[in-house]
Amino acid sequence: MTAAETPAVAFQGVGKRFADWVLRGVDLALPAGATSALVGPSGCGKTTALQLVNGVYRPDEGAVSVFGERVPEVGLEAFRRRIGYAVQGAGLFPHMTVAENASLLARLEGWDLDAMTARRRELFAVVGLQGQLEDRYPHELSGGQQQRVGLCRALMLKPRLLLLDEPFSAIDPITKQDVYRQFEQLRDHERVTTVLVTHDMREALRLADHLVVMGAGGVVQAGPPERLRAAPASDFVDALLVSAS
Amino acid sequence: MIGKVVLALASAAFALAAGAAEPIVVGSKSFRESYILGEALARLLRAEGFEARHQQGLGGTKICYDALLAGEIDAYVEYTGTIAQGIKNIPEPTWDRLVAALAADGVEMFPSFGFNNTYALAVSTDVAAARGLAKISDLAAHPDLRLAVSHEFLERRDGWPGLRARYRLPQSPDGIEHSLAYRAIADGTLDGTDVYSTDGEWARYPLALLQDDLGFFPAYRAVPLARADLPPAARAVLVRVAGTLDDAEMRALNAAARDNDDVVRVAEQYVASLGGVRAAADGGAPAPGLWRRLGANTARHLVLVVAALAPAAMTAVLLAVLIFNVPWLSRAAVYLAGLMQTVPSIALLALLIPLLGIGTAPAVVALFLYALLPILRNAVTALDGIDPTLRRVATAMGLTRRQELRLVFVPLAMPAILAGVRTAAVITIGTATLAAFIGAGGLGDPIVTGLTLNDTKLILQGAIPAALLAVATELVFEGLERSLVPGHLRLRGPQ
Repeated sequence: MTAAETPAVAFQGVGKRFADWVLRGVDLALPAGATSALVGPSGCGKTTALQLVNGVYRPDEGAVSVFGERVPEVGLEAFRRRIGYAVQGAGLFPHMTVAENASLLARLEGWDLDAMTARRRELFAVVGLQGQLEDRYPHELSGGQQQRVGLCRALMLKPRLLLLDEPFSAIDPITKQDVYRQFEQLRDHERVTTVLVTHDMREALRLADHLVVMGAGGVVQAGPPERLRAAPASDFVDALLVSAS
Repeated sequence: MIGKVVLALASAAFALAAGAAEPIVVGSKSFRESYILGEALARLLRAEGFEARHQQGLGGTKICYDALLAGEIDAYVEYTGTIAQGIKNIPEPTWDRLVAALAADGVEMFPSFGFNNTYALAVSTDVAAARGLAKISDLAAHPDLRLAVSHEFLERRDGWPGLRARYRLPQSPDGIEHSLAYRAIADGTLDGTDVYSTDGEWARYPLALLQDDLGFFPAYRAVPLARADLPPAARAVLVRVAGTLDDAEMRALNAAARDNDDVVRVAEQYVASLGGVRAAADGGAPAPGLWRRLGANTARHLVLVVAALAPAAMTAVLLAVLIFNVPWLSRAAVYLAGLMQTVPSIALLALLIPLLGIGTAPAVVALFLYALLPILRNAVTALDGIDPTLRRVATAMGLTRRQELRLVFVPLAMPAILAGVRTAAVITIGTATLAAFIGAGGLGDPIVTGLTLNDTKLILQGAIPAALLAVATELVFEGLERSLVPGHLRLRGPQ
C-alpha cells in the first residue's frame, strides 16, 4: 500500500464501549485489494471491530471509513449492501432454498430473473457448487457446502469489500482445506478486498497478506506477516506467530 | 349546560328513532319457568299487535337486570324476593318500597302473576327417612350431609348465607348447576339441594321438601319488570297477566314443559287461556327443523369465532412484532394477556354488559380477549427465540427493518404463530358456547337450553357440532401449515 492509496477500511481513534470499553483509541488502515486478518484471543474486540465497519455498531469515539467514505448515519441498508458479510456456520436462512438465500439481495435490488440466475451460477461454479443443490434447503447440505453458499450470497451484489466473521471455524479440518481453496478462488475471481476475523493464527497466515494482532482493547501490531515475524512488537505477538508455524 | 341539553336531545332523538324501529325484546333467565313466562309475555305482546321477540336464557339475575337497564331488553319476569334481596337491599320489603326502588332505575314493576315460587331445601327421600328429616332446623344435627346448591343461591343473602345464619347450619355446600344437582341426588352422590317450589322438575326425583319452620324465605312473587320508557299500550298488556297463575297452575306448566318445543306450546296455551286475545292466529314463526337449526347455530357459532379470532390473530402478531425486542414489555404483555385468561368467561361477559350490552358485541370482545394470549405468547417466544446469528446476518447484509420482519423473522416464527392461532381457535370454539348466556346465540343456545330443561338431546345438538367444529379446525390448520411452512420447519407433535 502506498501513502496515496485510500485504505479499504480506516479506524481513527475509534473507541467502543458496552458495559466497559471494548476498544479504545484504535487507529487502523486495512489495505485495499488485500486480505486482512484480525486475530487475537476471544474478547479482544475483533468481532466488535468488524461490526463497526458495516455500522451494526456505532463508535462511541473516533470515526470509521470504508474506501474513504464515513460509515453513514442514514441509508445504512444501501451502504451495507455494498459490503459482503458471512459468518460462522454460514447463517443461511433455514426457510429459504439455497437459490433463494443466494439471490435474496439481488431480488430486493430488483434484478431480473436471468441476471440473477446467471450471477448465482457464475459464483457457484467458482466454488464448485452443483446446480442441483439450488432447490435444496440449507439443512440438506454439508457444513462445507453451506459455507460456500454463504460466501456466494455475500458476493452476489459484487461488493468491493467482504467481511468474514470466523466463517471457517465450524468446518471439520479436512473439509476446511477445500473450503480455503474455494474461498481463495472466489476472492481472486471477484478481486474483492477481504477482512477476516479469526482466532486461528494458522488460518490467518494461510489466507491473509495483512495481519492485525489484537489484544485487550486494541491493536497490538499490524502489518504484513513477514514484517511481524521479523520484528514482533511484543512477546505475545512472537508467541502467536511461533505457535502457528 | 348547552352541551348537556344537546346531549339530552340527541339521546332522546336516538331513543325515539330506536324505539320506532326496534321490536320489544323480552328476556328470560336460564331456567324453565323464566323461559315459559318470557315466551308468554312476548307472545302476548305479539298477539296485541306489537312486534316482540323472546331473548331466552340470559344467564342469571345480574345479566338480565343489567341488560334491562342498558336497554338491551325491554322486559323480563323477576321475583319480588330476588328484587328485595338480590338486586336491591331492602330488609323489610313492601310492594311500595320495591316499586320506588326500581323506579329510581327507570324500571316499572307490574302486578304479580299470582303464584309464589319460593326457595326451598330438598333432601333425598331415602336420607330424609333414614335420619328423620322434616324441617330445615333438623339439618343442624347432621353436619355430615352432602349438600350442593345453585351458584346464585350460594351467594344470595336470601339464599345460603342467610339460611345458615338463621338456622345455625354446620354444612358448607358447594355450588352446582341446578339440573345436575337433581341427577346427583338420584344417583346417591348428593343428599340435598335448593329447589324452586313451583318447579315441576323436583317432583320427578325422589326428593322431600323440608319445611321452612323459622319462616326464613321471603315471598317470591313473579312480576313482569319493564323499562319505564316502554309505550303505554305495551305496558297495559303486561298488566293483563296479574293474578292469572296460582302455585299449582305454575307447577303444572313447568311440569308440562319438558323440552324447548314444550316451552313454546305451554306458553301458547297459557296466553290463549287469558282470553280476549285478538290475533289467535299468531303462532310466531313455525319452529325450524333440526337440520336447519343445527346449520343456523353452527353458522352463527362460526361467525362469533371468526369475528373474534381474526382480529385477535392480527393484533397479537402485530403486537408481538412491535414488542419482542423489548424484554420487559413482552413479559408485561404476556402476563397481562394471561391475567385476562384467568377471568372466568361468564364473569367477563357479565362485566361487559354495562359497556356493550348483550348479544354479539360483548361476546366477540370477550372471545377476542381470550384468544390473544396463546397467539401473543407463541409469537413473542418464537420471535425472541430466533437464532441471534440469523438476526445479525439479516441486519449486516442490508435488509431494512421491515424486510427483516417480512422475509426472515415472521416466516421463521410462522410455525409457532400458527400453533398459537390453532390453540386459540379451539379454545374459542369451546368458550363461544358460553356466549349463549348473554344472548349471542350459536351452539351454546341448545346447550344452555338443554342444561336448563335437563334435555340431553338438546345438549348434544350443541356439543356434537362444537366438537366436530374443533376437529375441522385442527384439520384446516394442518393444511394451512403444510402450505405455509416448509416440511423441515414444521413443529412436531401436539402443540
